Amino acid sequence: MEQISAFFEMGGYAGFVWPSYVLTAVVMVALLVLSLREMRSNESQLRALEGNRPRGAARRAAARAAEETTEAGQ
Amino acid sequence: MHRFANPARFLRLSAVLLPWFAWATALLTAIGLYYALFASPADYQQGETVRIMYVHVPAAWMGLFVYTNMAIASAVALIWKHPLADVAAKASAPIGAAFTFLCLVTGALWGKPMWGTWWAWDARLTSMLILLFLYLGHMALVNAFDDPTRGAKAAAILALAGFINVPVIKWSVDWWNTLHQPASVTRVGLPAIDPSMLVPLLLMAVAFTTYFGTVLLLRIRSEIAAQKLRNIRMAQVRSAGHARSAA
Repeated sequence: MEQISAFFEMGGYAGFVWPSYVLTAVVMVALLVLSLREMRSNESQLRALEGNRPRGAARRAAARAAEETTEAGQ
Repeated sequence: MHRFANPARFLRLSAVLLPWFAWATALLTAIGLYYALFASPADYQQGETVRIMYVHVPAAWMGLFVYTNMAIASAVALIWKHPLADVAAKASAPIGAAFTFLCLVTGALWGKPMWGTWWAWDARLTSMLILLFLYLGHMALVNAFDDPTRGAKAAAILALAGFINVPVIKWSVDWWNTLHQPASVTRVGLPAIDPSMLVPLLLMAVAFTTYFGTVLLLRIRSEIAAQKLRNIRMAQVRSAGHARSAA
């Protein structure tokens, strides 16, 4: 028990050592979770959109639009 | 090099690499923390505060390492128009900013009991603060334009110009008088640090590096999906506008 409390006291520097470790853990975990969430959200939105249109349809639509615009310009 | 420029190939490669990076990070962090908090001695001068070193120094190294990577990616993007290089630079900046922020705050928490001050405007500390602002500037600039390619180009130029700060930080402790101690690991000859302290330091440094690899891969994947989303939506808007003008 004494050993445990001595460990948490950190030789009287508990107020400096523990905040360093806790803050590092909080920042690194938060960045990981936010990155993971953003990736999942982007990938699921992309799947939903690609599910609506067959693959390559967007590109074909863009190419058709560009072609017709140049025709209209002539 | 260009074999990895293909986003589809990158996505397949990252799917293989991600679990390895993630498990390596978990394992190395567990072992590193055990050594950092239990299995290493207190310093004869600094007492238990020396344990702050095991997060402070790896965070500082990563701040510089991530910036160097970002500058290389920016150079590749500007010179060879490598499609993934801009994405890698954009994905790196928030990770580097997090490490630099942690370096500054843990440094203050170490400085207060050992130097008697949270902060001093000396060369090492000030140049590290500039590094944080470079990261934040990069993050702001990359999203500051309606056209993402213009944002990427402006951010790449900032990253390259700001690279001058990296050697300044590295040698600031030798060039100027500073409160900060000089390098004790990366110096000519043997490191001036006992193996009992070098082991937890290197373990934590490797854990931080694999953490960077993990989060970088996640963020690049996320950005590739975001770019595809943007392209599909732009094409939809364009074809919708065209249909309206035809009618």
